[in-house]
Amino acid sequence: MDNGCFSSSRHDAFPAGLRVLVVDDDPTWLRILEKMLKKCLYEVTTCCLAIEALKKLRERKDAYDIVISDVNMPDMDGFKLLEQVGLEMDLPVIMMSVDGETSRVMKGVQHGACDYLLKPIRMKELRNIWQHVFRKRMHEARDFESHDGFEGIHLMRNGSDPSDDGNLFAVEEISSMKKRKDADNKHDDKEFGDHSPTKKARVVWSVDLHQKFVKAVNQIGFDKVGPKKILDLMNVPWLTRENVASHLQKYRLYLSRLQKENDQKSSSCGTKHSDSPSKDPGSFSFLNTTNKQQNDVTIDIFGYSDGTLLLQMDAPSHAGDMKEIVSEPTTEKRRASTNDIPDPKIQKSSKMSLNQPFASVESSETNQAVFDCTIPTQYSWSEFPKGPLKEEQKTLVQLEGSFSQFPLHGKKHHIQVDQSQSIGSINSNPSVTEEEVDASLETKPLYAYQSDYVSPVSSIGSAVDTFPNQSKSLMVNDQSSEPIFTSNLGLKTQGFNLDCISDLDFYQRNLLLGGGAASAPLEEDLNFFLLHGECYNMNFGLQNIDMSEYYDPRLHFYDSADYSSVDQGLFIA
Amino acid sequence: MDNTRFRQQAVFMRSSLFDEGFLDEQFIQLEELQDDVNPNFVEEIVTLFYSDSVRFVYNIERALMSNPPNFTKLDDHMHQFKGSCSSIGAKKVKEECRRFREYCAAENLEGCLRSFQQIKIEYTTLKKKLESYFK
Repeated sequence: MDNGCFSSSRHDAFPAGLRVLVVDDDPTWLRILEKMLKKCLYEVTTCCLAIEALKKLRERKDAYDIVISDVNMPDMDGFKLLEQVGLEMDLPVIMMSVDGETSRVMKGVQHGACDYLLKPIRMKELRNIWQHVFRKRMHEARDFESHDGFEGIHLMRNGSDPSDDGNLFAVEEISSMKKRKDADNKHDDKEFGDHSPTKKARVVWSVDLHQKFVKAVNQIGFDKVGPKKILDLMNVPWLTRENVASHLQKYRLYLSRLQKENDQKSSSCGTKHSDSPSKDPGSFSFLNTTNKQQNDVTIDIFGYSDGTLLLQMDAPSHAGDMKEIVSEPTTEKRRASTNDIPDPKIQKSSKMSLNQPFASVESSETNQAVFDCTIPTQYSWSEFPKGPLKEEQKTLVQLEGSFSQFPLHGKKHHIQVDQSQSIGSINSNPSVTEEEVDASLETKPLYAYQSDYVSPVSSIGSAVDTFPNQSKSLMVNDQSSEPIFTSNLGLKTQGFNLDCISDLDFYQRNLLLGGGAASAPLEEDLNFFLLHGECYNMNFGLQNIDMSEYYDPRLHFYDSADYSSVDQGLFIA
Repeated sequence: MDNTRFRQQAVFMRSSLFDEGFLDEQFIQLEELQDDVNPNFVEEIVTLFYSDSVRFVYNIERALMSNPPNFTKLDDHMHQFKGSCSSIGAKKVKEECRRFREYCAAENLEGCLRSFQQIKIEYTTLKKKLESYFK
């Protein structure tokens, strides 16, 4: 793991020492490639099974710099592996095959391959693979810089919320994976520091640092999360706000990607975010991610960000149940719902109630879609008063009163739905809670939300349109309460998610601007959520809400959720 | 003297293998990889190739026998085999594999069978030649 090691050796004779993981079911080729790479002075590890390769990669995120994989493999499609690696570990992946048909190559590129080599492979082709690693590092470095700018925008949006949470970037790396990944990247970047164009010194996000980051994010609350707050909480002297900001963004992206993965994994959701840029959907991914891995956990985060979103998807199972929609339009409510998040019980209430109707939504994924849509409407609420969570929680609770405090344990996706908007908070309550959710009264409004949601949503943007459909489907799906709520966000259609997210963001912005609510974070939160189903720990910046509290319960849920891919470790809460 | 003769023979055999199109550039690549660390690298790889091929050939034969023929599966197997052939640079065999896949795509079982026969012939020929070459 340490890139440090690598870097040091690399520095000496870069690109020697590049750590390559080769995956190919053909032992002959495996042997040949191993030999070739060794000749290039690279460090080689070979695998003949994709599953094995993934395992190795997950064991140590920063153990490898680049992955070379064959397209045709018995246990898993090479493209799938490619996607997974890209999402989880963000490592450059090179595909290879005997088949050089344009369509295949295109597919590889679409799935994110850095390069596509044709067999038989020449040694000179392998010699140059280091360029992909380097290029990636450079891009990341650049991302960092762009983060700041991005943040600025959010801040503006958040307007009312003074926290410079750059909600967008407050993506806490919930998943340790991300952290590690970032750490790796960072490490690597450091290495290339001199070479990379960025002027900023790359921060090395070690596992510990990332953990701190995630913790801080959770504490602050996804909703309110912002680089400055995180920075303060983390209490790392040498860390700058920019570092945190960019890290946050990455984290969000990561979550969204995870979410996508979750979606993929969770057959239930079936929402696969097809190459949706993790960035943008941000919000969406949020949902999705939660489904899968964290499902529940992440969703919670949403809720906060703007308050509107409160997707408290606590339990992945909620898929779709969540919907915390605090029908009450008061922002407080929303907050409450968000607050709920911190308090497991609270969440429940908020979530639960909403969940009911959402249960049908179950397809957490779809819910998410809906959810996302609702968010925009929600914006109004995003003005969460930063007030103490507790209060809000209470309100929420009250609101939800009828909700039987569902044992949120499940994971509620609280989607704070604006009453007015009737944001179909897609609460994908974990299946468990579904019953509890019987907070019928809530459910009703929720449904209303859904439909209402749909309409406002559509008005908001084309993207929204997609949602309505989704939401509807969500409702239906909810039953399945797939844990993959996050994935659900995903909207069944992969592309959808992205749209949703973007739409949401759009909405959010609109709402925020209009409502003056600082729900801007919502978007970010969403992003967060989306980014990682797993990482959900990120407190989306629930405004004022203490995510930390929220998190814990959620986290628990989360753990229980089967994140197939998500490492519990990610949670790091 | 004998050594020289053997060496000359080897050189001759090798060039004929290339000239006759049995082997291609990949084989040279393998030779280049051979070094002190792995002095018999090429032979190693070729041996690996043989064992893999046996597996592939078996799979293909079984697939060919199935009724109705599953062309997708056939194609997959052949794709794998082709990949393997490319690893050592077995040019002629690879060519035949390509033809086989064309028949597969056309769902021409008869053509597949014929092509496969040819593949086996080429394969055996190559194997024999390589064996004597390595000796």
